[in-house]
This record gives sequence, structure tokens and C-alpha cells, in this order.
Amino acid sequence: MGEYHFKLPDLGEGIVEAEIAALHAKVGDKVKEDQPIIDMMTDKATVELPSPVDGTILSIAGNAGDQVAVGSVLVVFAVEGQGNSDTVSVPEPVEAEKAAPVEEKKPVEKTAEKTAELTLPKKKVSTPQSLKVTSGSKAIASPAVRRKALDENINLDLVPGSGPAGRISHEDLEAFIACGGRIATQTKQKKTAIEEIPVIGIRRKIAERMQLSKRSIPHYSYVEEVDVSELENLRLHMNENRVEDQPKLSILPFIMMATAKAMAKFPQCNAHFDEENSLIHQYSAIHLGIAAQTANGLMVPVVSHAEVRDVWDMAAEMIRVSDAARRGKAKREELSGSTVTITSLGKIGGIVTTPVINYPEVAIIGVNKIVERPMVIKGAVQIRQMMNLSSSFDHRIVDGYNAAEMIQYMKGLLEHPATLFMGE
Amino acid sequence: MRKELTCKLLVVGGGPGGYVAAIKAGQLGLDTILVEADRLGGTCLIRGCIPSKAIIHAAGTYDEIKAHEGHGKFGISLKDRPKLDFSKTVKWKDSIVDRLSGGIDGLLKKAKVRSVAGWARFRDAKTCDVETKDGIVSITAEHVILANGSHATELPFLPFGGDVISSTEALTLKEVPKEMVVVGAGYIGLELGIAYAKLGAKVTFIEALDQILPLYDKELVQPVLKSLKKHNITVHLNAKAKSFEKNKLSFEDDQGKIQSLKADKLLVTVGRKANLEGWGLDNMAVDMDGPFIKVDNQCRTAMKNVWAIGDLVGEPMLAHKASAQGEMVAEIIAGHRRIFDPVAIAAVCFTDPEIVGVGLSPNEAKAQGIDVKTGKFPLMANGRALTMDAGEGGGFVRITARSDNHLVLGIHAVGPHVSELSGEFAHALEMGARLEDISGTIHVHPTMTESLGEAALAALGLPIHI
Repeated sequence: MGEYHFKLPDLGEGIVEAEIAALHAKVGDKVKEDQPIIDMMTDKATVELPSPVDGTILSIAGNAGDQVAVGSVLVVFAVEGQGNSDTVSVPEPVEAEKAAPVEEKKPVEKTAEKTAELTLPKKKVSTPQSLKVTSGSKAIASPAVRRKALDENINLDLVPGSGPAGRISHEDLEAFIACGGRIATQTKQKKTAIEEIPVIGIRRKIAERMQLSKRSIPHYSYVEEVDVSELENLRLHMNENRVEDQPKLSILPFIMMATAKAMAKFPQCNAHFDEENSLIHQYSAIHLGIAAQTANGLMVPVVSHAEVRDVWDMAAEMIRVSDAARRGKAKREELSGSTVTITSLGKIGGIVTTPVINYPEVAIIGVNKIVERPMVIKGAVQIRQMMNLSSSFDHRIVDGYNAAEMIQYMKGLLEHPATLFMGE
Repeated sequence: MRKELTCKLLVVGGGPGGYVAAIKAGQLGLDTILVEADRLGGTCLIRGCIPSKAIIHAAGTYDEIKAHEGHGKFGISLKDRPKLDFSKTVKWKDSIVDRLSGGIDGLLKKAKVRSVAGWARFRDAKTCDVETKDGIVSITAEHVILANGSHATELPFLPFGGDVISSTEALTLKEVPKEMVVVGAGYIGLELGIAYAKLGAKVTFIEALDQILPLYDKELVQPVLKSLKKHNITVHLNAKAKSFEKNKLSFEDDQGKIQSLKADKLLVTVGRKANLEGWGLDNMAVDMDGPFIKVDNQCRTAMKNVWAIGDLVGEPMLAHKASAQGEMVAEIIAGHRRIFDPVAIAAVCFTDPEIVGVGLSPNEAKAQGIDVKTGKFPLMANGRALTMDAGEGGGFVRITARSDNHLVLGIHAVGPHVSELSGEFAHALEMGARLEDISGTIHVHPTMTESLGEAALAALGLPIHI
């Protein structure tokens, strides 16, 4: 028997460490070659790492949520034959030291489970009630507690016991009453359980990015209404007459078209601000970040080179990268490199939003819902399809005047949709 | 002349169920009447627990003193065999009963409960006529608690009367019989049979089943079997009593052969039956549950505001259960929310040696599919037991707990004086104690209670003193 040391492979350019997103195997498990064992997450992409060998897992360098440096030993396997441990100079004690602090970082769990190995973190902190369930009998409580429960019309089976074996103390009962336990025997119950969810993976990334953006960028938002009646007519016409391989158009590809044109005209909005070097990287290419909701949270897949795409192409590419992001199959380059971002909540888009800029970009275009509103046109009231654009800008880079000009330009394009398809 | 009384609560039966219910009701301000035909105290005080314990204690004392005859046990020697004047023993026993019965009367008065002496017969669920020495008293009540108790079961082929006696008569004998045969080796028969054996009777048991004390497991019964042997008591298991004529009992032994035994007194202790007759149960419109009155967990019968407690409502037929139910019902009538939900009800056999059991035995727990840990501590290893000459005879304390969370499910003990441990046993179960709670309680040295702490340690793996 030998040991095989599996080092965290290079996951992409410039990545020096990655976070363990999920473990699919634990210490002691026998795994087969190519069996997925760990999900590693980099800036935006999550990569599934398969086992490189057949063997038994001896150690894992961390738990879900821990950072692991590229090139360091991620998993040690016991394998038939020589293994590769001779070629790697990672002595055992280092492994042990690494494992110890990981244990401490585990989310607090009150379960009786005390397995020594690294295990997947529990999704929620188990309440003492779960212990009660295992005891398979009625609530454990002293006669005085039982009597008080009866007096207060409380079903003790619903009271979480903090004592050993889930025993319900006077304090438990009083706490239950204090938080409204009186109504516990009715159908609606006040709930007292607190689920502790470790902020790891994509959620941690989102949190970091949002905090970074809001802390460092002085945001301001600008809202303008856009009459999209003409555009909607056009869109319906195009959808009705599209050929089979053309995607159905939503309003978004048109807004992407407008954004691409506006960025070409107002390049100061199509930029990254490099604070450290006091540099603005103003891009000639227009890579549109499209904020998308996924099961794991907000992700921003990128439609690259919008400047060369027509509206059909724009729509098709947007659908492709958004789908990939939702299914967790997006490549790293499909999730990075945007120069400006569009955020839309579609039918639930509301009236006004205050979007957070996708750091280190300097502008974000927010799309609100289209509603029919009575508008005064040449002294007469008409029902028009109205939509607001709520956009945020980095006030360090983009002056309010320029931002307003840019949005007014977009408004002009969208209200006169033919101009979307014309050259300058 | 007919007297009419009305009250909020009528309690029928002055035993440990009824009188406790009445006192509690009085304390809670309910206008209460208690009807009892005999003296206050019921089976427990007049014909059961108390008088039998007095006789058992006297018999035990006599037996112990006999042991000092001649050879001088503990260095204390007697030249002559101690003399027994059994009529004086009975008198002493009666004085205790009188004192306690009078005490109940005082307690009822203090709680402002009206007592009516006489036999109650119900006309309907809320009205009864009581035949008192001053004529008929009719009582109408808003609530009725039935606490009529139970009586010794009679065998049709061995009817009570003459020298065929029940436990009631066994407690009022004028003299110790020379030869006594006891039919039924349950706890009542064994308690009395052993006592009379110690008082000098030649005692023989006839038991239809293959074990004495069938409610307890073999391990617990073993020390009692040893003691029976020591007291020259013969036990015929798998034996069927047939008839009793001219002080001779004929019975069929375990081989199917008919044998006969001489007996001055034939004590029949084959169980007890709820008192269902002679008081107008048919007029009450309550539902039955086999030979008992059907009640829910608040002791409500099928008839609104008619409650039943104690031996009337089923096993276990124990005074402390009846009292607990009586107290509860009084509180419910007074407007409190109560249910009868003990974790366990302790039971004690005052045999020699005593047996006490609370909760589940290991076998009962296993039968329920519970994985258990048990711990046993022999009294032989307990200092206090040895100093009281109680260490021999195979006594022990046994604890049964769940394997997964160590919740104590049952505690059993056999040995001299173990009845006094029953309070801690029951308390542990009611408080939801785990093995660690019991081993973590500092038990006084030197007492027999240390055995419980040690049994808990044994269940956890490592007792100190074995």
C-alpha cells in the first residue's frame, strides 16, 4: 500500500487559491478513479474534481468553506502499490495540523454526533427536539414542569428540551411560554428555531463582492422613464415572423443593443477603475454582464463582444450563457470579464431599483417592469407602454451629467427602435 | 324520615382514593360529602396495607428474636424461646389502624368535608340514598367520584367462610394457625403466608402457574424462593386446588396426582375484583372496560361529571395510585387542568425479602423494541446492608436504561428494607433521570441507597465497589 497525494490543480489563470464548495466523499471512504469527490470554487466558477486514483481517502485538507492554495495537497489517498507520496514532500504532521483548525471552524452543532473525521457540515443546527425524536417516547419533564405545561395549555411534545436526552426544564418551558407558547396547541405556532447557515461558496462570494462594491464605490442612481410602445410593436412583429432557429425575443436583447450603442458613444461608462494604480481601463470591446438569478444565488454570465452582435445573436448568446450559469456549467471565461452590467428582474422588475455596480465596473443599467400608463402626448392622454431604467454609476469616474446624457441617449434609441439598427 | 342533602361533590368510598379526593376537594373549597359504610380508611387501612404490614413487622421481629435463642447471634443470646401472645399482637395492630382511621376523620373535618356513614345506593348518576343508622339520607351532587374499591376474589369451589379465609380474615385471626395452606402465590398470599410461617405456622402454597410472583422476573423472585426454603415453606407450582372438606384441601399436583393437605386455615389469595355490585352501578349509565369502569386519562366515566378512581378502574390496584387519581379529580373539579400521566407507579411486595419495582424491567423494555443497558449491584457489596444483616440472601438493585440516551426506564430491587428505596426510584423516573444523574447524585454513606448509585455506575460500565 502506498499513499497518493492529490494536489489542488491550477484552476485558471491568476488563481492562487480556491474554496472547497462541497465534499462528496469523506475520510475513510473508498473511491474510484474519476468519481467526483470535491467541488472547488474559484472567483465565480465551481469545478468538480474527480478522484485521480482508486483508493481510500486518508485525509482532506479542509472542510466546505475552507480555502486551499493551488499546488498544496488537497486529498491523501491510500492506494495499491507505490502511490506518489515519495515525490511530494508533505510530511504527515502538516496534514494533521491542517486538519485541526478546520475542525474548530465547523459550524456549531449540538448533535451527539462526534465523529472524529471531517464530515460535511450539517445544513442546519439540530435542535434538541431531534434528540427527543430519537428517544421515541413522550416528552421528558419533571412532574412540576408537566403540571405547569398543563396549566398553561401547552403540549410538551412541542417544547424543545435543552437538558440531557432532551429533558424539558422549567427554563425551557418558560422560554417557550415567553415567546408565545400559549398558542402552541393551536394550528398556528410561533416558531423559535434558528437555522444557522454557514456563509460559504457562492453566497460568500456574493457577500464579498457586494461589500467591496458598496464600500469602495460612491454610487448614485439615475432613473428615467422610457416609452417602449414602438419597441414592443417591433418586438411582437419580430417574434411573430422569426424563423425556426431564431430565439424568441424578450425586451432584454433590445436593451443590450441600446447599451452597446450607448457604451460606444459614452466610453467612460464602459470601463474598469483600477484604484491601486489610479487607472481607468476604458474598453473598446463591450462585454455585457447579465445579472442572473440561479439556485445558488446571483451570478453574472457575460455576453462578450456585444459590439459585433445583432439582436438575434445577442438573444441567443444571452440565453446560452445564462442557462450555463443556472446549471452551474458556465466556464470561467463566461463568468468574468464584463465591462458593464445589465440587471433586470423581468416581470417583477418594480418601478425603481438602486442596482449595485459590479466591481470594478463603473456603471450598471437596471431595467424595470413595462406597464401601461396614461401619458399626455400633444395635449391628449394616450395609453402607452412605459418602462423605467434605473441605473447606478461610480461618481468618481462618471459625472452625473454624462450619465444623464448616456441614459437619455438610450431612451432615444429605445423610443425610436429603428435607430437601434442604424450606424452612427 | 328522609333527609335530603345537596353538595357540589359526592365521594363514595372512604379508602385511600376517596378520602384523599374528599380532603383535596375540601381544601380547594368544594362543598364535599364523603359516604363510607365502614370505618374510614378502606381496604388499605382497615383490611390491607397497614394491618398486614403491622403483622409482617411483628412476625419479622419474632423471627429475629428467635434467631438469638441459644447460640447468641451478634453476641446477643436468649436462654429461652421468645413467647408470642398473638392476641396482643393483633391488639397492637388494631391500635395502629384505629389511630390512622381516627386521623382521617380529623383531616376530613379540618378540610370541611361532611361525612355520612352508611351504604350508598345510586338512584341515578347524581343521586344516591344512604342507609344510615338514623334513616335514609338522599344526596344529590353536581359531581360524583366513585371510589368503591375492590374485594378479594372468591373461588367458586372454595367459597369463603369458616376456615376458608381471604386476606381480610387473615388479618384478624385470634391465634396463629398450626397449619396454613395458601392458594395463590401472588404478593398478598406470600406476604401473609411468610408472616404466619415466621409466627410459627406450617405454611404451604398452592400456585396454579409455574412461578411465584408471576408479575416479576425470575431474577427478582430468586431471593424470595430462597427465603421460603429457609422458612420451611413448601410451594406446589402448576398445582390446582380442588376442594376443602374437614380441614383437608385436596389439590392436583404438577404430575396430575391428587394430594391432600391438612389446614387449620385455608387462605385464598387469587387476586382482587372491583366492587361493582350492590350500590346501583346499573343506574349510573357508565361504560365498562371488562371487569372495570371505563375512564379516560382524567378518570372521567362515560357519564358527565361522574368520575371513577382506584381499584374500580383497573390495575395496578394500589393505594397510592388511587390517592393520586383522587387528588387529581378533585383538582379538575375545582377548575384545574390535570391529567393522570405518571411515568411509572412503583409497586412493593412486602415479602421476605422485599421486592420493589418501578417502570420497565429489561425484558419489558426489550419487548417494546428498546435497546437497553442494565446495571446490577448486589447488596452483599453494600456496607449498610451488611451491618443490618441484610447483605445475604441474594438481594440486589437493578437499573434499566435506554442505550442511546441513558434515560432510566426502570429500577427494581430485592432485599430486606428495599421498600424504603422506592421513593428515590420513582422520583428518578418522574424527573426523567439519566444514568449519569443517578451516579452523579452523592448517596449517603453508609446507606442502602448507595446501591442505586452503584447500579447506575454498573450500567455505565464501572461500579466502584464490585
